[in-house]
Amino acid sequence: MLKIDDLHASVEDKTILQGINLEVKAGEVHAIMGPNGSGKSTLASVIAGKEEYEVTKGNIEFNGEDIDELAAEERAHKGVFLSFQYPVEIPGVSVTNFMKTAINESRKAKGLEDMPAKDMLKLIREKSELLEIDRKFLSRSLNEGFSGGEKKRNEIFQMAMLEPKLAILDETDSGLDIDALRIVANGVNKLKNKDNAVVVITHYQRLLDYIVPDFVHVLYNGKIVKSGTKELAHELEEKGYDWIKEEVNA
Amino acid sequence: MDLKEKLLSSFLVFENQVDIDSYVHDVRNDAIKIFEEKGFPSKKEEAWKYTSLNKILKEDYSVFPQQENAIEYKDIKKYFIHDIDTYKIVFIDGKYSSHLSQTTHDGIDVCLMSSALTKPKYRILIENYFNKAATKDSLSSLNTAFSSEGAYIHIPKNKLVEKPIQILHFSTGNESATMLQPRNLIVVDENSHVQIIERHQSLNDNPVLTNSVTEIFTNKRAIVDYYKIQNDNSNASLIDNTFIKQKKESVASVHTFAFGGKLTRNNLNFFQEGERIDSILKGVTIIGEKQHVDHNTLVHHIEPNCESHQDYKGIFGENSTGVFNGKIIVEKEAQKTNAFQANNNILISDKATINTKPQLEIFADDVKCSHGCTIGQLDESAMFYMRSRGIPEKEAKALLMYAFSNNVLSSVKIPEMKQRITKIIANKLGVNLGFDL
Repeated sequence: MLKIDDLHASVEDKTILQGINLEVKAGEVHAIMGPNGSGKSTLASVIAGKEEYEVTKGNIEFNGEDIDELAAEERAHKGVFLSFQYPVEIPGVSVTNFMKTAINESRKAKGLEDMPAKDMLKLIREKSELLEIDRKFLSRSLNEGFSGGEKKRNEIFQMAMLEPKLAILDETDSGLDIDALRIVANGVNKLKNKDNAVVVITHYQRLLDYIVPDFVHVLYNGKIVKSGTKELAHELEEKGYDWIKEEVNA
Repeated sequence: MDLKEKLLSSFLVFENQVDIDSYVHDVRNDAIKIFEEKGFPSKKEEAWKYTSLNKILKEDYSVFPQQENAIEYKDIKKYFIHDIDTYKIVFIDGKYSSHLSQTTHDGIDVCLMSSALTKPKYRILIENYFNKAATKDSLSSLNTAFSSEGAYIHIPKNKLVEKPIQILHFSTGNESATMLQPRNLIVVDENSHVQIIERHQSLNDNPVLTNSVTEIFTNKRAIVDYYKIQNDNSNASLIDNTFIKQKKESVASVHTFAFGGKLTRNNLNFFQEGERIDSILKGVTIIGEKQHVDHNTLVHHIEPNCESHQDYKGIFGENSTGVFNGKIIVEKEAQKTNAFQANNNILISDKATINTKPQLEIFADDVKCSHGCTIGQLDESAMFYMRSRGIPEKEAKALLMYAFSNNVLSSVKIPEMKQRITKIIANKLGVNLGFDL
């Protein structure tokens, strides 16, 4: 589904990604771990199409198609979803209106009519229940005044609404208490099937107890320096990242 | 002959058409002298530093449009708020159009300035209120000198006027260039409530200059909600002089939606003459091309325990320029005043300009006054966030701009009016969002 080949990316002339290779197949869950500043969030943003980042070398293929040149919205229409580490507050636009716009714009891009209001309401009800989101919450301005946990839950709610093929969860566990973490993980697991894939970016192994990865990669200095299975995550939790750094620098 | 001379000589012609033996004409005479002495304002004056009238004064305006110009309702229906029942006072090239209007004398007076200025039964009211709020600046004086037609609204006490009142000024552009000087007088007595919508619209591309004066008197505990829609075409300029005198415990709000026109100058003045008064000034400006919109506001706090709230949002694209000059005066007696002023602007083009200037003159020591102005660009991180959810760039921009204006839009009390404004904004931004904020 996702095939990243020798990806180099920089922002304001600073090279951050220095040759990433990664393949994610349908049905798989990948975890990307690594110390602060290793390039995890940059990788997520580059896949999603953030314009400030310049791909200087390599490419990103999604379902057999090069997506390097596509705008963020076009990638979204093809089924790429990024759950933000820091979801942006948009005062004046309610969660419901935002979702209506996002869904109908995606449908428009596919040549479909707007979703009938009745279906939209049903979908919103269904998905908000999945994430245990209070209905009152949906008429509030998007992310404005939301707690950290509410913001993250709202991200996964949006993911549930949009049903992406590839979901990249950037530090979705940060700022979540254990109950919220369980709700979020439960939501992700329920949405998971053999046709879609999830990339979990995280600092800690905690989330991976709930969303169990098939593969774990360690990102360091803009490169994947180690890959393994979920045991690698446990090892990292126990020993930290220093041994990886030593291995790489040796 | 320049416009000033032309106007001065036209005044002599004008005098032949009106009753010169009246209170009103004495006022006109004084006013023309002020205009003669001061002339049109220039950029040398502090209040006109960022707005030059030079270009628009060069046109050869016809000062008294001659023809009676009939327009069919179907051709101009779109400029009305037509999905609700309203009173309508409609003018075409400065002349009253009875077949497009719906006026009343049933318990309230929603009618014409020309009647009010000439008929004896209005005489006392005219003597009490006419030109009693307008200041003696040159443009208002010019309007006063030629005042003969406009809307006259008198709401006696204890009336809740259920239907909004629309005041529409159309110019047909049948003359190559037209100058219009409508004069509106609105008196709202004790405990009454009225909603008024005002719009100026030219119907073709010939230059139009409107120098309008509206005086509003909000008596004890009265409530006035006034909405201005300024979405004229690119050769129409408007100088809107509005003066509001408030008595104790009254609430007056003015929303100004400035979306079009060549040059628009809003001189909006509030005078608080009583305690526990609330004055609300809100505006959304969204312009592009070479359009120019200048909001020049004054809130004069004269008595204690009053409030004022100003909130102006501006979005400036292409080569447009915006000006916000907000003056708040708090007199020594006006203790416990709460005065707020905010002016937030977004520049969406490198060539757009905004000049924003708060001016606070505070002579009382126990007051709360706050002001803030911001100038920024559209939030890039919000743009990426929305686009990553599948909302295309143009729609994402539009959504952000809506969101930015929403504070002001949400305080519009007539739902149909709010929908109309939302539609105008959507049209301007070239999007269809499929929902109202």
